[in-house]
Amino acid sequence: MIEKTAKTPSGTRAVVTVIGEDKVGIIAAVAVILAEANANILDITQSIMQEFFVMIMMTDLAGLNIPFDELKARLNRKGVDMELKIDIQREDVFKLMHRV
Amino acid sequence: MSFSAISPQEIIETIRMVQMEKLDIRTITMGISLRDCASGSLADFHRQIYDKICRMAERLTRVGDEIEREYGMPIINKRISVTPLAIVAEGVAKSPDDFVAIAATLDRAAAAMGVNFLGGFSALVHKGATPGDAALMASIPQALATTERVCSSVNIGSTKAGINMDAVAEMGRVIKAAAQATASTHGLGAAKLVVFCNAVEDNPFMAGAFHGIGEPDCVINVGVSGPGVVLRAVEAAPDADFGEIASIIKRTAFKITRMGELVGRAASERLGVPFGIVDLSLAPTPAQGDSVARILEAMGLERVGTHGSTAALALLNDAVKKGGAMASSHVGGLSGAFIPVSEDIGMIEAAAMGAITFDKLEAMTAVCSVGLDMIAIPGDTPAETIAAMIADEAAIGMINRKTTAVRLIPAPGTKVGDWVEFGGLLGRAPVMPVNLHASTGFIARGGRIPAPIQALNN
Repeated sequence: MIEKTAKTPSGTRAVVTVIGEDKVGIIAAVAVILAEANANILDITQSIMQEFFVMIMMTDLAGLNIPFDELKARLNRKGVDMELKIDIQREDVFKLMHRV
Repeated sequence: MSFSAISPQEIIETIRMVQMEKLDIRTITMGISLRDCASGSLADFHRQIYDKICRMAERLTRVGDEIEREYGMPIINKRISVTPLAIVAEGVAKSPDDFVAIAATLDRAAAAMGVNFLGGFSALVHKGATPGDAALMASIPQALATTERVCSSVNIGSTKAGINMDAVAEMGRVIKAAAQATASTHGLGAAKLVVFCNAVEDNPFMAGAFHGIGEPDCVINVGVSGPGVVLRAVEAAPDADFGEIASIIKRTAFKITRMGELVGRAASERLGVPFGIVDLSLAPTPAQGDSVARILEAMGLERVGTHGSTAALALLNDAVKKGGAMASSHVGGLSGAFIPVSEDIGMIEAAAMGAITFDKLEAMTAVCSVGLDMIAIPGDTPAETIAAMIADEAAIGMINRKTTAVRLIPAPGTKVGDWVEFGGLLGRAPVMPVNLHASTGFIARGGRIPAPIQALNN
């Protein structure tokens, strides 16, 4: 994956996940919320989990201009609006679970 | 480590485990020493324990909720354990009534801190009871009937000390009285009372948690869960032999325990309290898909309780420990698979149809953590029979150098086949038949069963 991710300090990164039916405008909608909060998108991948569409965005929250909880609430609300499940979690969860 | 090391598959796997397979952190339990509260008058003692609990745990639920939001990992319970009250209150509390009042203060502190359970209304009497121990034990039925959140435990045996049969006899009576004092809620009081052999000092799970005397002033212990995750992994390998099944369970237990380690360290850092241990137990809930029984059934048993169940549980329990031990620097507590009846949908079904019996449950406790757990028995079961059940279970623990426990509910007014509802995580259970032949003469003997020899292990 892309090079710049290796340079951002660990601990400020978070993973945005979007789960649901694929539709127009998902990336745009999430990207706007992240941009408004000054969160930098480092990488985007898409995948299929069982029958669901899954989009994963790695973000860097080092310059975040709102509290984490507020960003999470905004993403959750957008998910409800778009009939998707949108969430954000600190990256450590994923990193630690699969590695010693 | 950069993001490039995490694959999208791994991210999806984590999300699937949480959202579809009910992976969660079952409890963050703050252990608090009350030893520095043992001075002054009884009134001072009440004030000191209340203040200390509130001072140490002030931010516990807030930090727990914060970690849950940030990591997206459900944290089901925030709880508190304290130094066994019989030890710290003995100097000021002289009567059972004094101890009932102390339980009320603990209940108020737990409510003020927003935790659903507080453990440590406990006594350690494996070799013998002091006057304070005896007063606390006598106060248990009333203490549990008049409080909501207080949990009680009594250690009546150990591999090093043997089994205190006087205490066993007493706890038979106490369990029965605790159920009778809470008859209106089907004996719920007895569901908050655990009788241990080889009790551990850092168990984060209720009702048996207490803050051991070798522990620091304050500590964070974490209990992980995730039977659903293990179930799915086992179900996905219908043709695997037992070597492969063990590997699959080990890998899964590793991942579950890593989450406990992460949450424990985050909580410890944010609260400024040392991190104790991760208890890597498989703790079922009555929810569909959150059952340990189903894992054994997925290994090829028609119903849990049939022949082969003990072997299946032994494999599961050992593989969980092996996988979990790799995932955390400090594993402790009870660490194993729990087989409570009322809290596990597969166990409830098997008990209702007679596939699993009281005696088979006893056999299964020889190879798992922890013991005869959340079993409803007829309300007219004699106290001596309950004591004899405790003695059997303690003997398994004493000889096998492991923790065993008894949490039985002689539900008042019930007969075999009746249903008992406890609600919430405690679930529901059919009243199971027990052996009707008396153990009265055996329990009446009293004294101690000597500690076992630690060699010639066959």
